[in-house]
Amino acid sequence: MSGPSTYVPKSGFARWMDSRLPLARFAHDTMLTFPTPRNLNIWYAFGAILTTMLMIQIVTGIVLAMHYVANADMAFDSVENIMRVINYGWLMRYLHANGASFFFIAVYVHMFRGLYYGSYKTPREVLWILGVILYLLMMATAFFGYVLPWGQMSFWGATVITNFFSALDQITPHWGSAVATWLWGGYAVGDPTLNRFFSLHYLLPFVIAGVVGLHVWALHVPGNNNPLGIDVKGPQDTVPFHPYYTVKDAFYVALFILIYLGFVFYAPNFFGNPDNYTPANPVVTPPDIVPEWYLLPYYAMLRSVPQKLLGVLVMAGSLITLVFVPWLDTSKVRSSRFRPMMKQFFWIFVVDCLILGYCGSQSADAMLLSTSIPLVWVARIGTLFYFAFFWLIMPLLGLIETPKPLPASIAQPVLSPAE
Amino acid sequence: MATTTAPEPTRRDFIFIATGAVAAVGGALAAWPFIDQMNPSSAVLALSTIEQDISTVQPGQQVVFKYRGHPLFVRRRTPKEIAEAKSVNVADLPDPLARNANLPDDAPATDANRGVHPEYLVLVGVCTHLGCTPTVSTPQVPQGEYGGWLCHCHGSQYDTAGRIRKGPAPQNLAIPPYSFLTPTRIKVG
Repeated sequence: MSGPSTYVPKSGFARWMDSRLPLARFAHDTMLTFPTPRNLNIWYAFGAILTTMLMIQIVTGIVLAMHYVANADMAFDSVENIMRVINYGWLMRYLHANGASFFFIAVYVHMFRGLYYGSYKTPREVLWILGVILYLLMMATAFFGYVLPWGQMSFWGATVITNFFSALDQITPHWGSAVATWLWGGYAVGDPTLNRFFSLHYLLPFVIAGVVGLHVWALHVPGNNNPLGIDVKGPQDTVPFHPYYTVKDAFYVALFILIYLGFVFYAPNFFGNPDNYTPANPVVTPPDIVPEWYLLPYYAMLRSVPQKLLGVLVMAGSLITLVFVPWLDTSKVRSSRFRPMMKQFFWIFVVDCLILGYCGSQSADAMLLSTSIPLVWVARIGTLFYFAFFWLIMPLLGLIETPKPLPASIAQPVLSPAE
Repeated sequence: MATTTAPEPTRRDFIFIATGAVAAVGGALAAWPFIDQMNPSSAVLALSTIEQDISTVQPGQQVVFKYRGHPLFVRRRTPKEIAEAKSVNVADLPDPLARNANLPDDAPATDANRGVHPEYLVLVGVCTHLGCTPTVSTPQVPQGEYGGWLCHCHGSQYDTAGRIRKGPAPQNLAIPPYSFLTPTRIKVG
């Protein structure tokens, strides 16, 4: 995509280096002159925002690990010590905790962007699947991280999620429980569990960084998709990444960080759960346990099935489904701008995810608002629609929908024939 | 490359396959210590027995002890609660097995099979769904429809013998191996 390299070493040292390790050439071709569609909008800035959030999480996380103690008797107090005693410890922890939430806000926008503009379609299937892997790695990292303060929600969240594996008992007796015991390193979640979760929480961000490298590599082979979803036809359709998108991305990164810091400084516990400021107690479950907000839709799907194994399978299936999206969508047209029916179903799907999130945030026996309709039925319909969207609507729409005419190219004064 | 004739295996082919086989077996053997280190250590497994005085538990009351990192419920049932538990037809239960470590695996979930002493119910207080601690039901603050326990996490309901009656949990609350050392002292594990 980037074509022959246009890098010209400017000094003797640069020439010497270029014939030994052409790092500057690589950076020049991938980050400066890389031809990028000229019509990328705000929603394409979230890749840069996500990279920034990953770096913020790694830097603040390394700092927190200098003061945190991964021991069941000391973890909670060490977090309070960070909050009250360590210089700027409160800032590091609030940046890290809110950073996780904003990381997920960014990843959800990024994923919905990909869905809306058909960015998963050929030739970007591998790019999309790497994204799904990144999303799963993010969820695992966030889960391990949430356990570390060893509050009530940490402990019981760890208990519930590791118990997902015990559902395998219903396939092969005792096998699932053996996996759960192996994960715990004991009869229950305890000190060994905390230690290994800390180790993995430190490891996974670097795995994420590695997969991000592959994700960007897979992006640079076909190049960016764009809001029109049509292929780049020539140089007239592109601009060099620098300065056009370095500046545009930087602007939106700054805007995003501004909102993020607003929460860090003015509402640092907005996304948190007050129960996690109570030290872990292995014999008392808090009356309402809820996961972090970014996992709520999946939690609602889990609870919508009144059978243990099926519930866990439905939840796992909702994630695995994402891998198949490139082949479930049968339409030849990428962008929903030219797909009148897909556009509507897309927004219904977004609302469905929000409704599922709401259902997940309420207690197991809650009713819909002030009616006497059990909320679990709303969650059931929501879960059905979630699966129907991918496995029914996506394949069918490609066959029955008549897309609007596509513009001839990105550079052509677009949309004049279409709308 | 498609070859039509299969040449005689050479000494090099033999060494290649033998080396590959040793590497594969060796790799698998070397993986085991890295997997098994996560299993409970002998120090953790050794903490598996407790002795507990239960003389203070009053009828209608539940006391919670800690056993293997889990809550251990000791509930002294009232005659009404015992009668309710006895009146249930085992065939109607979602989980018809006693789940009592002191009995064979296939023992039916009759009330008699759920304890050693009819009044005292000794249970591992871990919901068999996803491991939360169920809340005990009392006449003053009923939890669920069956007078036993309600798990607030995902809505599983247990009766006065700790048997699952409603909700996503697949099994009755587990009964640990235990025995009465004296009429008011139990040994669990």
